[in-house]
Amino acid sequence: MDEGLKIELGKQGVFVTTIQELYNWGRRSSIWPMQFGLACCAIEMIATTMARYDLARFGAEVFRPSPRQADLMIVSGTVTKKMAPQVVRLYNQMAEPKYVIAMGACAISGGPFKQGYNVLKGIDRYIPVDVHIPGCPPRPEALMQAFMTLQKKIDGQHLTGEERPRFLDAEQQGEFPVPVQGEHDLEPAFNKGVWTVPVVIR
Amino acid sequence: MASNPYFSLTVLFTAALGFGLAPLGLAWLWARVFSPAKPNAVKNDIYECGLESRGDAWMQFHSAYYLYAIIFLIFDVEAVFLLPFAVAFSGLSAAACGAMLVFVLLLVEGLAWAWAKGVLTWQ
Repeated sequence: MDEGLKIELGKQGVFVTTIQELYNWGRRSSIWPMQFGLACCAIEMIATTMARYDLARFGAEVFRPSPRQADLMIVSGTVTKKMAPQVVRLYNQMAEPKYVIAMGACAISGGPFKQGYNVLKGIDRYIPVDVHIPGCPPRPEALMQAFMTLQKKIDGQHLTGEERPRFLDAEQQGEFPVPVQGEHDLEPAFNKGVWTVPVVIR
Repeated sequence: MASNPYFSLTVLFTAALGFGLAPLGLAWLWARVFSPAKPNAVKNDIYECGLESRGDAWMQFHSAYYLYAIIFLIFDVEAVFLLPFAVAFSGLSAAACGAMLVFVLLLVEGLAWAWAKGVLTWQ
């Protein structure tokens, strides 16, 4: 529907919408995160839900203790290689549509532990990440910014057509392989469908 | 037909049934059209905090645990009744006080029995 016409109708007191808009509005106003914290970023995540920052304004205060009921996974902190299979398995067990916020330097790249032997260099190697937040740890404001970014993303999703997201497309994959501890590293080292080795331009 | 005394009831019943079933039908239709199911082995696995579940859930608990259950009950029931007893204590008659003391003594007797049996020592 034409935006200008919609605004004109709104001025006359006529509210029009589409099923897609209504659906996206409902989804973005009730993003229930999974109750799941990995490291120090989780403390900031907890602070975000409390009275001062009040995540409830976004309809996202209901932290679910089970992946079956959660819409959003906030990877809040260092993902060690010991923990990575569990994180990927939990993501797999969430019901579609599901979203991921990678919170903090560790979750997006390994952060200060990037050169270490035991820390995953970014959770986006195994699962698709919707919003990355830099920071060590990011402040609650940054997490709220990530929420708003995610809400904008959900708002822009189409129900039909080629551009429609994964959960509406029966053809697209729904399983993300869970890595196992190999002799030297996690196997596989990354999920080929999600992440590719970046080309370094010198 | 409209003169039938049950006519209005039938209309209301049909409306109530539709009110309940229409959202269910719409949800089913929405799921059919817009949200394809994507089951797989990992997703359908038993939820266990991300860890793979091990062993069988149908295991036996040792019957000796009944002692712990009984002792728990002693303290639990006692605490539930002690609180209102303490609150209403100043306004209680001697008979009510005696009844309460009998109740507490019965539970203390159970505790004494368990103590004598050696249940309180951890093995």
